[in-house]
Amino acid sequence: MQLFIEQLLNGLATGSIYALVTLGLALVYGIMRILHVAHAAVYTIGAYVGLLFFDLTGSLFLAVLGSMAVCALVGVAIERFVYFPLLKYPPFVPLIASIAILLSVEELCRLIAGPQILTFNATLPFPEFHMAGVTVTSTITAVYCITAAVLLLLWFITTKTELGLAMRAASQDMAVADAMGINSHLIVSITFVIGSAIAAVAGILVGIYFNQVYPTMGAIPAYKTLALIVVGGLGSVPGAVVASLLLGMAETLLIGYANIPLPRDALAFIAMIGVLMWRSQGLLGSR
Amino acid sequence: MSGYLITLGTIIAINGIVACGLNVIVGFAGQISLGHAAFFGIGAYTAALLATKAGLSFWAALPLVIAVSALIGLLLGIPSLRVREDFLAITTIGINFIVEAIFNNFEFFGGALGIGGIPRVELFDLKLRGTEFLVLCLFFLVVVMVVCWWLTRCWAGLACFALREEETAAASVGISPVRFKLLAFVLGTAMAGLGGALYAHFMRFISASDFAFPLSVSLLSMVVVGGMGTLWGPILGACIIGVLPEVFRPLVDYRILFYTMLLLLMIRFQPGGLLGENSAARRVLAKMRPGGTS
Repeated sequence: MQLFIEQLLNGLATGSIYALVTLGLALVYGIMRILHVAHAAVYTIGAYVGLLFFDLTGSLFLAVLGSMAVCALVGVAIERFVYFPLLKYPPFVPLIASIAILLSVEELCRLIAGPQILTFNATLPFPEFHMAGVTVTSTITAVYCITAAVLLLLWFITTKTELGLAMRAASQDMAVADAMGINSHLIVSITFVIGSAIAAVAGILVGIYFNQVYPTMGAIPAYKTLALIVVGGLGSVPGAVVASLLLGMAETLLIGYANIPLPRDALAFIAMIGVLMWRSQGLLGSR
Repeated sequence: MSGYLITLGTIIAINGIVACGLNVIVGFAGQISLGHAAFFGIGAYTAALLATKAGLSFWAALPLVIAVSALIGLLLGIPSLRVREDFLAITTIGINFIVEAIFNNFEFFGGALGIGGIPRVELFDLKLRGTEFLVLCLFFLVVVMVVCWWLTRCWAGLACFALREEETAAASVGISPVRFKLLAFVLGTAMAGLGGALYAHFMRFISASDFAFPLSVSLLSMVVVGGMGTLWGPILGACIIGVLPEVFRPLVDYRILFYTMLLLLMIRFQPGGLLGENSAARRVLAKMRPGGTS
């Protein structure tokens, strides 16, 4: 029982991290209808820049802020210079461009920081819990708290502010939003800023959680998050979060208790195809 | 010709065959597929198993390999009828990851060790190697191109074009989307299977990672860079994507970076492909043609 609860908590932590990465992707898909595979590149950059700033300043707070700023810039650059000019082409043209960006960034990181795995030796200022023999480490507490905070903040921005209203309007119909006096291109850029900043947080968190930062750390999240936004319902942010948490727990429990012959990374895609056949609009999506 | 050039040429010819198959699905019928490497792999594994376990010759196994690839293409094409565009793109990525995982984890497919000891192709008691095998690949490439050319001329091909342009309108004039989408999937995956069989007998050792998702991206890049829906586009794309990493070899460590950056620039500034409608090459050709408008 004790082990089961610990597994469940680990799974929830994995799911929270998936959720943080998937959020940005769901936001971008919701507003631009582009499969932003390069989001994983932004996340890798986030981890590297965070590590760099942490080594330079020794302050985790500055590292997170700096990494968020750099990632926001990278995200907007990708949107302005690559995606926006390609919007009028079939959806796989920006998708290929996006994959090319991901591969280029992986190579850049390898060339600049070296191919080896770097360690991210930072302790997060969060308490450790012991309850009935179950230990919740400070890293896991941190993952829970940060994910919850990011989700709350995002919920507040999208539902309670004028910016959120403009974001929702632009995601429904950009032309109409423009006609209503919303600068929808600016809104798209702001969406990229928010999504990329969250990716930076996710990158640093993953770096500390597994204590490793390496060039291809974005390769598996890049495609797994695609499966997750499909399961959640393309463009549905709550759906993406639910799907991420479910997958995180399902992966950990299935690997722990069921002896399945497939690697855990294939599970996401099997779940996705199952969901698509059963409910083709996704868990929380609407037709 | 040096062995290096022959090897490069053979790989490009095989990739050309597989890219032509993908072009039938993506360029002709307008159905995005990012899992084409899976079907390439299914062809290669079927050929390898038939050659090593059943002891069949390349020629005896070839119809079986093509039939198995086409059948699995048909089976996996059915889910894609339910989903469109972005959903389809992600579903096919998923198919690629699952197929690779199956090859990698089941003992029957050799597991992580792959399958080795695949014999060379024999023709009239002559073991084909080097230039002879390249000629064999080029022969099949021509066959595949003739099929593609015929497809652009016959009714089934025109029905696929109609589906690509506007599915609802095509359905309203009596073109069954189900029938022609599946036809495109079956033809495209059969060509991938053929390419896979050639690949297995050329490399003589295959493992699951040869058919991973990055290969699907390369294949789709070949089709898009060359020009989707054109006859020569996939071939040009296969040559460019095949030759570029070799040209950049002197750059040593910076090779892949330059290659991916160039791919990004090509997609960004010539999204219709180098031979596609409205591309620079088409405009130059139109000017050169006698009586062509400038």
